[in-house]
Amino acid sequence: MVDRNSQAAIVGIGQTEFSRNSGRSEQQLMAEAVLAALDDAGIDPKDVDGCLTFDLDHSDEVDLMRNLGCREIKYTLRTPQGGASSVTTLVHAKKAVESGFCDVMVVWRAMNERSAYRFGQPNLQIQPNGKSSTFIEWCMAYGAQTPAVWEALSCGPYMNRYGVTSEDLGRIAVLLRQNAATNPNAWFYGKPITLEDHQNSKWIVAPWLHLLDCCQESDGGVALVITRMDRARDTKSRPARILGAEYAFLNNHEIISDYYEGDLTDLEVSRRVTERLTKAAGISPRETNVAMIYDNFTPQILRQTEGFGFCGRGEAKDYIRDGHMDLDGRTPLSPNGGLMGEAYIHGMNNITEGVRQLRGLAANQVKNVETVFCASGVAGAILGL
Amino acid sequence: MTGAAMKEGAVSDVNPNPNRPDPIMTVDGAPFWRAANEGRFVAQKCGGCGRLWHPPRPICPECRSKDRQEQPLSGRGTVISWVMPIHPPAFGFDQPPVVALVEVEEGLRFVTNVENVAPQDMRFGMKVEVAFATTRGGHKIPVFHPAKEG
Repeated sequence: MVDRNSQAAIVGIGQTEFSRNSGRSEQQLMAEAVLAALDDAGIDPKDVDGCLTFDLDHSDEVDLMRNLGCREIKYTLRTPQGGASSVTTLVHAKKAVESGFCDVMVVWRAMNERSAYRFGQPNLQIQPNGKSSTFIEWCMAYGAQTPAVWEALSCGPYMNRYGVTSEDLGRIAVLLRQNAATNPNAWFYGKPITLEDHQNSKWIVAPWLHLLDCCQESDGGVALVITRMDRARDTKSRPARILGAEYAFLNNHEIISDYYEGDLTDLEVSRRVTERLTKAAGISPRETNVAMIYDNFTPQILRQTEGFGFCGRGEAKDYIRDGHMDLDGRTPLSPNGGLMGEAYIHGMNNITEGVRQLRGLAANQVKNVETVFCASGVAGAILGL
Repeated sequence: MTGAAMKEGAVSDVNPNPNRPDPIMTVDGAPFWRAANEGRFVAQKCGGCGRLWHPPRPICPECRSKDRQEQPLSGRGTVISWVMPIHPPAFGFDQPPVVALVEVEEGLRFVTNVENVAPQDMRFGMKVEVAFATTRGGHKIPVFHPAKEG
């Protein structure tokens, strides 16, 4: 374990507005978000020497440097696996700055997803290739053409085995939308839903996913600035140390289309991450004060809540129904409203909320936050003051 | 190809989805689709160690052989998951398909469709047997029907 001075910390967070049509290029969203994060940190763009985004991001490192005036980058990386990349970025950023590979790393995700390409619609241009899409070959001709279908098919055995009902899923959507309703930064600010609304929303994928089980689609950009604690002394905002960040990728397992290996009612990958993360951070996800868990679809919350050890297998629906993840519960879930309520910037806006909770500046501020857990299925991180 | 395999794979008279998309074929996946087009439901069999694999791959992870052979499968399997895409409608499907994950007797799993069944009759653990559906471009691809017996 590195000493505190050499430990990585998120020292800047930035974003654009979240919308359904940004009206400008993804390059611009990237540049605006990264500049906002650097301003938040009080770091000059000329000092940026590392950058990292998703392999699915359309904006370009050359353009990042041209817009910001960065002089020389020593380290660049793009991470695979769609939204699972979100917390994975922290794994790499931590190791890059702690090893001295680079000193100031910016991480971004910028997308006109809602206005330009909508992940929720069948995409006939998609090809089986190295951008985590080889599975398409085995799905497209059978009508499994959207994330909701891939996800529902992989969650089915879990739902069936543990008798999860649509109402159980609905309680998750209601909770997240309730949090969003009091977050002025959220797309669904002032728009809570009831369980009845959830039940009456149209089927997206029968028999599991109603419309309100699915995250929204959004345009926007989000960015983070990560450096070591010794350098963080000069930064403007209070650093959120990355106490641990771990990632696992298991043989014959896919990400959203995880069909081919082992017991599909288990999320083995999250259990593997939990083991290593608990060792690295010195505390377990369950012992943290806030849980920012990737919520592309409601069943993911159940499976990850169990996979990351908040409760036993099959118990997540009851754990949530009993209020343990409410804003005033044991470990509040995504006080910003998550991807369902705030915005879908591929998970990155859940990380910025984690940082805000640590700084004590969130719209729905949880009391006495000392540690925050961030998760995106294959990756988990624990942030702390 | 045996006559029995052809008979097993006879195409249903009524095609509920004549506009179904053609399969996307990669170099490594094409042998599976070509066999299906000839009415055979097969797995990749390693010429070195005899293990079966799906999805197909150019190198056997057990013995590193590059010798890819075909193994006809029994065509009998069990539904371990199923869903129906409703909105947005699946591209190329006039009727919402039952998308299923079927585990065949040989232990491999396939994303597929279950046809000739009403959605309300779909069950986890349902026994199914292979059939072949025709895509818009005239390719035959493996799907499943409820097993006639047992």
